[in-house]
Amino acid sequence: MPTGSAERPRLARHVRLTFDRARDRHVLLTPEQVTVLNGTGAAILGLCDGRRTVADIVGELRGRYDRVDDEEVRFFLARLAAMRCVEADDG
Amino acid sequence: MDREADRPFGLLAELTYGCPLHCPYCSNPLDLGAYAEELTTAEWQRVLAEGRDLGVLQLHLSGGEPLLRRDLDRIVRTACDLGLYTNLITSGLGLTPRRAGQLRDAGLDHVQISVQADEPALSDRIAGLPSFGRKMAAARLVKKLGWPLTLNVVLHRGNIDRVGGILDLAASLEADRVELANTQYYGWAWRNRDGLLPSRTQLERAEAVVGAARARLQERMEIIYVLPDYYSRYPKPCMGGWGRRQLTVVPNGDVLPCPTAHTLPLPRASVHEHSLEWIWQRSALFQRFRGTDWMPEPCRSCDRRELDFGGCRCQAFQLTGDAARTDPVCHLSPDHAIVSAAVRAAQAVPRPRAVALVPRPHPRATDRRNLPIRCGPASTGS
Repeated sequence: MPTGSAERPRLARHVRLTFDRARDRHVLLTPEQVTVLNGTGAAILGLCDGRRTVADIVGELRGRYDRVDDEEVRFFLARLAAMRCVEADDG
Repeated sequence: MDREADRPFGLLAELTYGCPLHCPYCSNPLDLGAYAEELTTAEWQRVLAEGRDLGVLQLHLSGGEPLLRRDLDRIVRTACDLGLYTNLITSGLGLTPRRAGQLRDAGLDHVQISVQADEPALSDRIAGLPSFGRKMAAARLVKKLGWPLTLNVVLHRGNIDRVGGILDLAASLEADRVELANTQYYGWAWRNRDGLLPSRTQLERAEAVVGAARARLQERMEIIYVLPDYYSRYPKPCMGGWGRRQLTVVPNGDVLPCPTAHTLPLPRASVHEHSLEWIWQRSALFQRFRGTDWMPEPCRSCDRRELDFGGCRCQAFQLTGDAARTDPVCHLSPDHAIVSAAVRAAQAVPRPRAVALVPRPHPRATDRRNLPIRCGPASTGS
């Protein structure tokens, strides 16, 4: 689970992050599911490139948003890992 | 269209009802003659573009056997160019290295292959065709090309006792997902219902095996297990609600809220006459059971009306002759006795006589006769 600061989360291979014009939202597509994302969720996933660590991601988000809760980012990533949308390599 | 829920997420494209298999649980229409005039490549491409504009994000390419369409790779390419997530639902027959390569190049995202059982002879017998070997070759090819693989297995009285072996097979193929879906009784499957419906003992055993496999294989494989609704207290939330999240386009261009809605006495809607947007928003067909206003009691005042939407309209029609009644699988339905009687009959072990399953004939497969498959007593479980 990509919850440790040193882990480098990335989208699972079968998952696609895309922007849906019809809904004006980012969405995460998997074989049987569509997850409609809010702006922050899309920003987090957009940074999950397998190179940035969780700590890096939180750092970048702090540059963009006033208030970034470390725990919330970890919780969001853990939930997507449980849905098999996000994978991670250790440090 | 203000709310997100008012736009469809998924489009099921049933490209052709032609199929090399003869599965006795086939849910496609009984009269396939009405679907012989299939949409052209250009018509499908237009439908996909209209679907994308309407909000569709996922395209499920199915049939019949979608690989029988020689233009499948062109349809996939168009879908991918539109940004759709593309999912091929196939028997695996016809997925040669050459065609798989074409589909990979076209951008296909995901492949689902059906198997009928883990044991070759049983799988072939249920499919009505020697096919197990080719399915295995296709599954290995999918993994080799780097696609995520889902193995689809329709469960019924004749194979549910093999669920442990089926899960082992899925694991040995390195499937990423396995969908174990109990038969739904529509189309040809309805004819064979009494021979397909498993007993409660069979179901309980299967659920225990699935539970243990989930714990064991958690990291490697996602296991989806769909209960047979005849044994559920509440009905399934069919299609996530009528005209709410999904739509189906069938080979002749008819558009349906669900793949079996052609059985209902409702006006047709066709891409030959209207745009997908008009059909979704304006057609009488898509508005008929949308929302909750159409509901009778006990659905109308039920806390679950937004959870299961009164269940399946096609099943209500099939069992009661009225599509606007509560799905009789619901234990609160005034018609529930119809389902209870079928379930009660399925408990007889051993059964008074083996129930013959009638394999599904296909117009293109005139060489095959209706040889009944013997579906033996369900008590063996070994």
